[in-house]
Amino acid sequence: MSDTIVTETPVLKSAAPAAPAAASAAPATSANLPMAKALNAGLRQAMLDNPKVLMMGEDIGPLGGVFRVTEGLHAEFGDKRVLDTPLAESGIVGTAIGLALRGYRPVCEIQFDGFVFPGFDQITSQLSRMRNRHEGQVTMPVVIRIPYGGHIGSIEHHQESPEAYFAHTPGLRVVSPSNPHDAYWMMQEAIASDDPIIFFEPKSRYWPKGEVRFGASGIPLHASRVVRAGTDVTIVGHGAMVTVLVQAAELAAVEGISIEVVDLRSISPIDYGPILTSVEKTGHLVVAQEAYGFVSVGSEIAATVTERSFYHLEAPVLRVSGFDTPFPPAAVETHFLPSPDRVLEAVDRSLAY
Amino acid sequence: MAALENDSPLVQVLSTSGLVEPSEAAAEFMPYLDRLTEDDLRRFYRDMVVVRRFDKEAANLQRQGQLALWVPSHGQEAAQVGSAYATRPQDHVFPSYREHVVGMIRGLDLVDILRMLRGVTLGGWTPEEHGNFHLYTLVLASQTLHATGYAMGMQLDGTTATGNPETDEAVIVYYGDGASSQGDANEALVFAASYQTPQVFFLQNNHWAISVPVTRQSRTPLYLRAGGFGMPGTQVDGNDVLASYAVTAKHLDDARAGKGPALIEAMTYRVGAHTTADDPTKYRDPEELAAWVAKDPIVRFRAYLQGLGVEQDFLDSVDEEAEDHAADVRRRALEIRSPERSVIFDNVYAEPHPLIQEQKAWLDRYEASFEGGDA
Repeated sequence: MSDTIVTETPVLKSAAPAAPAAASAAPATSANLPMAKALNAGLRQAMLDNPKVLMMGEDIGPLGGVFRVTEGLHAEFGDKRVLDTPLAESGIVGTAIGLALRGYRPVCEIQFDGFVFPGFDQITSQLSRMRNRHEGQVTMPVVIRIPYGGHIGSIEHHQESPEAYFAHTPGLRVVSPSNPHDAYWMMQEAIASDDPIIFFEPKSRYWPKGEVRFGASGIPLHASRVVRAGTDVTIVGHGAMVTVLVQAAELAAVEGISIEVVDLRSISPIDYGPILTSVEKTGHLVVAQEAYGFVSVGSEIAATVTERSFYHLEAPVLRVSGFDTPFPPAAVETHFLPSPDRVLEAVDRSLAY
Repeated sequence: MAALENDSPLVQVLSTSGLVEPSEAAAEFMPYLDRLTEDDLRRFYRDMVVVRRFDKEAANLQRQGQLALWVPSHGQEAAQVGSAYATRPQDHVFPSYREHVVGMIRGLDLVDILRMLRGVTLGGWTPEEHGNFHLYTLVLASQTLHATGYAMGMQLDGTTATGNPETDEAVIVYYGDGASSQGDANEALVFAASYQTPQVFFLQNNHWAISVPVTRQSRTPLYLRAGGFGMPGTQVDGNDVLASYAVTAKHLDDARAGKGPALIEAMTYRVGAHTTADDPTKYRDPEELAAWVAKDPIVRFRAYLQGLGVEQDFLDSVDEEAEDHAADVRRRALEIRSPERSVIFDNVYAEPHPLIQEQKAWLDRYEASFEGGDA
């Protein structure tokens, strides 16, 4: 029997506007928002809290970004705090580094996952190492927001999951929320961090609504969490994959298989506590990700859990990943992306050991 | 090409024999030389001589196994000294990795540069405590974007273009003819022009990117690229310290006055190797080298000073000071201590990171496990 600790199903609390108006006498304490609006509310709150917080990116000003995540911020904060930049990702990240050296806290939007690579050198050779190179004399409070992942039926370079490149890079932190509420508070925590953070936003989850509770969460940014309790198999994922995992767990429950779902929230560092506790209970672990499986976050988790919980495992750790091919044409993406059925195929294999 | 040479854009103040013979293009920059006193001129000479002797000492230290690598600046002293003296105290300087004397003029102890090249640090100094002279950047042109972002920060802070040149801030960023081909250098020019940053791009065209000549980097004189980005570009004789000073002073003061960025191409020559790992005899025409050595910036400026009546005693005392400085650098370079192994883990992150903490603790246990191992 599974026991839902935190449901992924949104709970309607109020029809409050996306961001509580500053002038409102009694701001709503919660709202039912899509993730894009929750991120917007988190960005806005961070800008209100700290005048050094800046937004930078392509089309993020009057347009509000191609996904409208920065909608309204330019109108509210002006073009000194919301910078529409030239179309050059290395330029965005490189100038953000200079602004951070100057004491600003830039939040950079990369328009799509596949467009981060022109900025890859500045992220991995400069941003991630600045503090280390300066022997701790500078901080790099820069957030790089990247809408990522498939399920949206788009063209090449618009559905990628490049998180492993960044998780492999010392000096970076990498996080990815799976639901609107986490998106709201994790964005604020990321901006408040003195380390550079790559913030992967699951773009297929931008529009489903969920309850967002305003105010401080009290949760550490890198804490993973058990989304759904279970006893037979542990399944782990992040971002949009968490929704798939919960669906898989619901399907399995019908067949009498009790699955525990862990939402990583953070890919670097990984909070192994809840994962190991769960594996010690279930003895079975399946890791799911949209990214290519070879040399991936899933590989890393499989290796680490094997090292730390070897005697608790009753089966090898199995990975369910995108195939090691370029992200395919959208017409066949459902065969590429891990589905609840593919997750359950791995669950069955694990239980068969 | 002949037409270009006849209609030379080059800003030059001193002839190669050290006479004041300003080129036509120098006219608008000449008033900036009025700022200089004879003491300044002596300081220019002193710094060029001191850094060239330092350069030789550092190369020797590398040959003796005391440095991992050395990056000589021989031949580029005038471009660097002239431009560095044109900065004001409040300015920020983003070097590439060959601007030793710029650092010295901004208050950096040259031994701090050797610390990085001796392999005991990845940086070497704190920019805020050393004249806002930022760390060397080894990936070509990366620093051009950092400089542009920093200059954007000055604009946002409102600490530039207030009308007071004594306090208004500006940025100067150094890069080279090789780096000019990098995407980052071009993106920095785009951003700088778009935001009209208070910034000077100081491109030292030393004609060689390791073994590849500047003709492979560009079919057009590099200063002409500025116009395509929407900013003024000036080509200056980088072996002429007075011209280098005047051109940089004008463009920096224009930048701090809110007139936007500019690009300076300083024509100079890398007389030495790219680094001590390089062998320019394999790819360079000795006649080309000889022609540039004949335009040596120090010889030229010494002739100019002698023409002004500067006494031989002064010139001799500078040579002596350069020898003393080099000896002092050698002594202190050899005293540079290796860091503790904890430096591997310290400062990777600002906030606690479990993986780094675990690995640091593991290495401590591992080292302690050996007989006589330290904990």
